[in-house]
Amino acid sequence: MAALTMHYTVDGNDFTLAGDCSSKVKKSLTQLGFDPATIRKVAIAMYEGEINMVIHANGGFIDVSIEPDKIVAVLNDHGPGIADINKAMQEGFSTASNKVRELGFGAGMGLPNMKKYSDEMNISTKIGEGTIVTLTFYTNKTNN
Amino acid sequence: MLLKDIIKLTDSKLLSGDENKEINGCYIGDLLSLAMSKVQKDNIWITIQSNINIVAVASLTEAGCIIICEGFDPDDGVVSRAKDENISILQSQLSAFEISKILVCNGF
Ligand SMILES: Nc1ncnc2c1ncn2[C@@H]1O[C@H](COP(=O)(O)OP(=O)(O)O)[C@@H](O)[C@H]1O
Ligand SMILES: [Mg+2]
Repeated sequence: MAALTMHYTVDGNDFTLAGDCSSKVKKSLTQLGFDPATIRKVAIAMYEGEINMVIHANGGFIDVSIEPDKIVAVLNDHGPGIADINKAMQEGFSTASNKVRELGFGAGMGLPNMKKYSDEMNISTKIGEGTIVTLTFYTNKTNN
Repeated sequence: MLLKDIIKLTDSKLLSGDENKEINGCYIGDLLSLAMSKVQKDNIWITIQSNINIVAVASLTEAGCIIICEGFDPDDGVVSRAKDENISILQSQLSAFEISKILVCNGF
């Protein structure tokens, strides 16, 4: 089977749409018959990544490729970049504004959750240019 | 427990979704990242968050229902989005503790 690819634009100005892309990917994976455990992992990790693009990076785009044995999501933004990845990866570390925190975001658990729920996570970032987060999920690790 | 029994016991108002479904387990919390990883399929999610993003979290986690507690009103657009996504939202005047106490005392 050739990889099924999907391309999404994440609107950085519209909080009400945050999570839309993750929802669409979840629906596709469900239709394709992936097992619930895999779908849950992808949904959680992608949602966190998508939220980060909205609250920290003014949006961007997400490319997802679905193959029988793996799902790869590439989240690409032209935001401020991440100055210290080790610090950003710590549970509880967040630079989110008070306004964003009032909405329930900014717990500083996003990147740790993305790492926890993906099988591989790679962050490539440059200050002033943006961030690319690549999440890989192997579907054969679960009972698919 | 059926959602309609939960509604009756906790004196909640059903704002959206189906009340004839089976609900199991519960998560209480207002941080979306934590809810995202803790809420399990068919759970009740009790929160005071009332913004549109709770619908996405409930949908992605396949929560059985959201109970917005302490009498908070959902923001504009939340209920209609929840209807579109087939998410059940309840509104309760009670606190998260009072809701859980009632449910546990009734065998939930
Ligand atoms: N795409 C991004 N662009 C710029 N900074 C980011 C991005 N993603 C994460 N960060 C930085 O890493 C920190 C930690 O991210 P995360 O663990 O998701 O927590 P939170 O989003 O709750 O702040 C953020 O507060 C932010 O400073
Ligand atoms: Mg985050």
